[in-house]
Amino acid sequence: MKIGILAVQGAFLEQEAVLNQLQIPWKEIRCEKDLQDHFDGLILPGGESTVQGKLLKELHLFHPLLAMIQNDLPVLATCAGMILLSEKIDGQDSPYFKTIPMDVKRNAYGRQLGSFHTIQEYQTIGPVPMTFIRAPYVQNVDNRVSILATVGKHIVAVRYRNQTALSFHPELDKDLRVHQAFLDLCS
Amino acid sequence: MENRYELNKQLAQMLKGGVIMDVTTPEQAKIAENAGACAVMALERIPADIRAAGGVSRMSDPKMIQGIQDAVSIPVMAKCRIGHFVEAQVLEAINIDYIDESEVLTPADDVYHIDKRDFKAPFVCGAKDLGEALRRIHEGASMIRTKGEPGTGDIVQAVRHMRTINREISNITAMRDDELFEEAKRLQVPYDLVRYIYENKKLPVVNFAAGGVATPADAALMMQLGAEGVFVGSGIFKSKNPQKRADAIVKAVANFNNAKMIAELSADLGDAMIGINEQEIQLLMAERVI
Repeated sequence: MKIGILAVQGAFLEQEAVLNQLQIPWKEIRCEKDLQDHFDGLILPGGESTVQGKLLKELHLFHPLLAMIQNDLPVLATCAGMILLSEKIDGQDSPYFKTIPMDVKRNAYGRQLGSFHTIQEYQTIGPVPMTFIRAPYVQNVDNRVSILATVGKHIVAVRYRNQTALSFHPELDKDLRVHQAFLDLCS
Repeated sequence: MENRYELNKQLAQMLKGGVIMDVTTPEQAKIAENAGACAVMALERIPADIRAAGGVSRMSDPKMIQGIQDAVSIPVMAKCRIGHFVEAQVLEAINIDYIDESEVLTPADDVYHIDKRDFKAPFVCGAKDLGEALRRIHEGASMIRTKGEPGTGDIVQAVRHMRTINREISNITAMRDDELFEEAKRLQVPYDLVRYIYENKKLPVVNFAAGGVATPADAALMMQLGAEGVFVGSGIFKSKNPQKRADAIVKAVANFNNAKMIAELSADLGDAMIGINEQEIQLLMAERVI
């Protein structure tokens, strides 16, 4: 098994460190030729969605990755990655992959002073540490989307087909179970 | 404090592999965001103009900073003077995403830096060597950048500072355990931070390059030397075609090992900022309060 990690901007090294701990091979995706090798799952890391969305298109990664996601390649998307997958983005006319029928709000908790850490229930796993950095949350989901976790009244983790999208950053905490659940989908 | 400091270090982790651009107006901030900046630094005058104008340079007008906060959705940083903790309090009060306690502005204190542990807002600070970097981290900085020499378009100092920090880290990792005490004394930093470097072979916070980056190749050079991202100040809005140059620098940072792509990105950019050589400048901002 091999996992592709989008590495155009953001916290991709942290994802690589988690996969190293789980002894899973990975490959960075920075440009078109990186897509030639086969991979069994895709991680969309945290970072700035505006930067990643733009680079995806301009580095010609967008359409091939979209096709893979539509063909049910398992995806784990954290923070910026969640925004990239969402069908609608509050206050933004042009969303990106649009492969999860939901509506997200960017910087939903405000600026950096609104960033926080908590421990909340995650479906089928139990209490999971969650780090939110200028994080988005999900405002609405289609009823085909499963809600995996909420914080307060807000949805912070969803699953749709083979895509898992999270507002928080499991790669920043020591708990590896969310990644493990994604890897189970990939194998 | 502990949790907040972790969150602040983690925001810097999210900025990695990105370019942070100096902007002076909401319009420039939009250009930077559209070009793919991962954050902007809001300031009244870019370093090249500060250098040209002379005089005392201070924190920007909060209203001007708020105008930029309203214009973009990416993180907004702003500078306060070294040691000017009230300017820092003001920036925190307007909900800034990152405070740069910066040598680009005229220092307010020639001895003491701000006790950054007192703040909820994160701080980035400049460093020329490992001792400086670790002293700033001990004071509470959650991100480090090389000082470079701002406003010059000359990359030589940023290169020197990055190489110095890397060399000093390698030296520590090659030491015997019992030599770390003396190294802490030599660097004038706490033993625990030296111990952290020894065990982890890296700084405990993210380290960006700054000061003198003017071209896509400059940015890629700093990345290949180990920077985790790049600040570009005067290099963009002092050039002929800011939009195109900003765009090219962002792509060069994302693919810093891809020479063929950097060649394409470097073509037809128009004139870079003219810049000044290290030997020609009167004022070395990097020498301000170490």
